[in-house]
Amino acid sequence: MSNIEEMQEAILEYVIDEYVDEDDDEEVECDTPLISSGIVDSFSMVSLKVFLEKKYQIKLPDDEATPEAFDTVNSIIALVNKHLG
Amino acid sequence: MAYSSKTRDLFAADIEEIKGKGLYKEKRFICSPQDASILVEYPEGAEKKQVLNFCANNYLGLSSHPDVVEAAHEGLRERGYGMSSVRFICGTQDIHRTLQDKVSKFLGMEETLLFPSCMDANAGVFEAVLGPEDVIIADRLIHASLVDGIRLCSAEYDTFKHMNMKHLRKKLELHQDKRTRMIVTDGVFSMDGDLMPLDEVCALADEFDAMVLVDDSHASGFIGKTGRGVHEHFGVMDKVDLITTTFGKGLGGASGGCVSGRAELVELCRQKARPYLFSNSMAPAIVNATIKVIDLVSASTERRDTLEWNAQYFREQIVAAGLQVGGHGTPIVPVMLYNAKLANDMASDMYAEGIYVIGFFFPVVPAGAARIRVQLSAAHTKEHIDKAVAAFAKIGEKYGIIGLDKKGIIAKYGM
Repeated sequence: MSNIEEMQEAILEYVIDEYVDEDDDEEVECDTPLISSGIVDSFSMVSLKVFLEKKYQIKLPDDEATPEAFDTVNSIIALVNKHLG
Repeated sequence: MAYSSKTRDLFAADIEEIKGKGLYKEKRFICSPQDASILVEYPEGAEKKQVLNFCANNYLGLSSHPDVVEAAHEGLRERGYGMSSVRFICGTQDIHRTLQDKVSKFLGMEETLLFPSCMDANAGVFEAVLGPEDVIIADRLIHASLVDGIRLCSAEYDTFKHMNMKHLRKKLELHQDKRTRMIVTDGVFSMDGDLMPLDEVCALADEFDAMVLVDDSHASGFIGKTGRGVHEHFGVMDKVDLITTTFGKGLGGASGGCVSGRAELVELCRQKARPYLFSNSMAPAIVNATIKVIDLVSASTERRDTLEWNAQYFREQIVAAGLQVGGHGTPIVPVMLYNAKLANDMASDMYAEGIYVIGFFFPVVPAGAARIRVQLSAAHTKEHIDKAVAAFAKIGEKYGIIGLDKKGIIAKYGM
């Protein structure tokens, strides 16, 4: 499994566990809009940011942790990778 | 001129963008006192129309109650029009103290501090009490004013899935390393009309050493056997540490709010909460009228009993008419339509039928969860409710949604 695939799997698992109700049959994929579709709102986005910072040992500046950057698992990976260097 | 045509165009474009997204709020004018039946000018300039009001927070029907109006007159006569001061300089009268004491007694709390509104109470309470060593753990659907207050505070914050105790437990476990934990929730969620199970929340708070703050704005005066609020309903009046609430809804409907709770926490608000320190005192007329309201709701449960009956009757009738509703046990009954345009169109048609209700859709509620929110009042009569149900049945028939479940409505109109 590539690094990207591992990140996709880990972040997707977190998003589903953290934001999707157990009885909800909503399917979330790596390109599913999270913020603009209302699955994740800007208020509860904070736990996702904390998760990413802890898991990948990075600091995501507030001005980069925007609803746009957090809108899909793929866009989140792009942001994380930028800070992984 | 600093406000050039270029600047004007910039802001005009912002307004057009709001309109383009279908989020523009039209002007609506009420040309009578607030009540179950009101005279409305809508849209602006249209002929005034007498309609039944099913979208006010006038839960107990006290907004225009003669005793409350008279108490406001008395306050005006005896203590003047305005205070021209914040509370801590020269803006506190004896009646402010009286109201605080009466609210403490009514809610079963140690101390109370008045704020100009509950929005202000929520904006100030967190920053006054908590610091960077602490964590706030909030339900995801809390009111916008709590969200704003939490964001203004230096404490870390986290959220849990709406009314999901398993998820709350997980978050409490996660944050055991913090100095203090504060669970934050609405008592009644204003868009969904559901009650937070505070007995379960308080049990978790005990287990994980957390404080509990409840915004009971849509509950104070009528939820619970004697109307004290959601903490009374779930038998945890001694377990909730802070309540924020408003006098702008069930409790008279004018304005003003408060933080009520543990003495030290309320005292910290009095010392440090910025909306308390830097905003004017509640006006004497409103303070005196609110004292009368607290006396009325303390003396009799008649109004909250009527409200409870009205809410239950409406809920039963609307379900029997074949419509989908959400929530339980509150006077807020969302008629679920899922599709934003459908909610908007049906609300307009209801207005034409003489029933004033509003459609709500994303971002006010989650995408695909559009609804018409119906709010019952003790001022409604059975006939008022029958008319509203008949109008919903007629308009529901027009749109072909009678008897359809969620999947059926979404299949017909999309999300």
